[in-house]
Amino acid sequence: MSTVRSPDAGTSRWRVTLVRVAIVGTLLLGWEALAMSGLLFRDVVPSLAAIGSALARVLASADFYANLGVTAGEIGVAMAIGGAAGLAVGILLGANRFLSRAYESLLYYLGPTPKIIFFPVMIMWFGVGSGSKIAMGAVSCFFPIALSAASGMREIDRVLIRVGRSFRATTAQMVTKIYLPAMRAAVVNGARLGLGVAIIGTLLAETKLSNRGVGYLIIQAYSTFDMPRMYALLIVLFALSIGVNAGIDRLGHAPDRRVR
Amino acid sequence: MKAWLRSRSGAWAFGIVTAIALVLVVELLIRAGLINRFIVPLPSQILAAIPRIVTEENVLHRFWQTTQEIVWASLLLAVIGIALGALLHRFQLLRAACETWVAALAAAPIVLMYPLFLVIFGRSATTIVMIGFVAGLAPVILKTIEGLAGTRRVLIDVGRSFRLSPAKQFWKILLPAALPSVFVGLKLGLIFAMINIVGVEFLINFGGLGQLINELAERYDLPGTYGAILFVILASMVFFEATERLERWLRPAQ
Repeated sequence: MSTVRSPDAGTSRWRVTLVRVAIVGTLLLGWEALAMSGLLFRDVVPSLAAIGSALARVLASADFYANLGVTAGEIGVAMAIGGAAGLAVGILLGANRFLSRAYESLLYYLGPTPKIIFFPVMIMWFGVGSGSKIAMGAVSCFFPIALSAASGMREIDRVLIRVGRSFRATTAQMVTKIYLPAMRAAVVNGARLGLGVAIIGTLLAETKLSNRGVGYLIIQAYSTFDMPRMYALLIVLFALSIGVNAGIDRLGHAPDRRVR
Repeated sequence: MKAWLRSRSGAWAFGIVTAIALVLVVELLIRAGLINRFIVPLPSQILAAIPRIVTEENVLHRFWQTTQEIVWASLLLAVIGIALGALLHRFQLLRAACETWVAALAAAPIVLMYPLFLVIFGRSATTIVMIGFVAGLAPVILKTIEGLAGTRRVLIDVGRSFRLSPAKQFWKILLPAALPSVFVGLKLGLIFAMINIVGVEFLINFGGLGQLINELAERYDLPGTYGAILFVILASMVFFEATERLERWLRPAQ
């Protein structure tokens, strides 16, 4: 955004806000007009008031928070398992050129495959309950975390590693005192990407087969054709995941900005 | 031997050999009864199932269906994504207002909107194509803006000195200069589109390769399910490699 040329940053910011308000206003007005026109199938585009009241009802219901808790718990465990495994594999591959040559291309090519197709297998391995959803999330986040940890590991300044060695640091000390702090940006970025796909993996699995969690609520709203509720759930979900993503992103950048 | 192992191809061969050895170990463990064969079928059974899925389940036709969906999504991505990127680059105020929104969209779990797309487009190939398109849109827009904004000052001035019209300036100077970055965006968008297309096929049980896995799993055809998953992984690896090569081939010499 630094390319915006303006003599006065204050008025420019004000104009940007104005444009944003105009865009959002036009979209909302257009939506409401579409809802009232009856051009589309009824309820596909519910009125803003209907979505608003559904949103309020969702946010006020204890049921929603119970299901959100289930999903958040599944994603948390998935991130812990997939993240720890990814970090370990990434550090190993980044530290050892032979292992990297032997296995990294495998990871690189398995990364961009659709993970949800493993869901039938995960159901057989871990059951129809939370286990298979956690497994889906863990498998999803393993790849981006492992790949970015491996590349972060390779970019560590050799001097830092030599310093650690000359202090005769143990492997555990090397990992916690040298590797992880030195590749913080890469690890945070990997965690951000990993969390994004873990959310997708877990929730998609919930929409396919489950009886609790936010994914289940969404697919239930769909099958009972409660469109305002479905929009409300999607809005909450999008707001939460974009917010968490931005939060992690800030975590990785904050100190760097101060230095620059 | 040791020197060969240390070379790039030697290490690669070592990786493959250990992967095959792992599969053999699994086969032995299942035969010994240490792994339940009703949960994990014998790798030899999975291998034997692959010709069966190819002939009986019409894999080639399904592959073609999925490919068509990907092609449509990528056409939409190329036309609309690049156009939106160019629009945002042309009107800097609009860019200042929207670019962070597009970046936020890139972080949103868009595929979870699939029930919404089902309501709008029905259980059809259109739904699948549209999800693929929307899922891949953000990187195409962002990389197009990045490429256009990164055009070297000299090139723009050359266009100015020839008094090119804004349209000519865009087609002759800006777009060609931005192409490397645009292709990076398109490649990312295509990969996102492919992942989401196969995923949604599986979820809504419609279309090509994704549906095949769902069907075989619902029939409890274990070797078939594992075989089909292997096939899809292989297909997406080939697709991924193809996009990488395409990008390298299309990228003008720098």
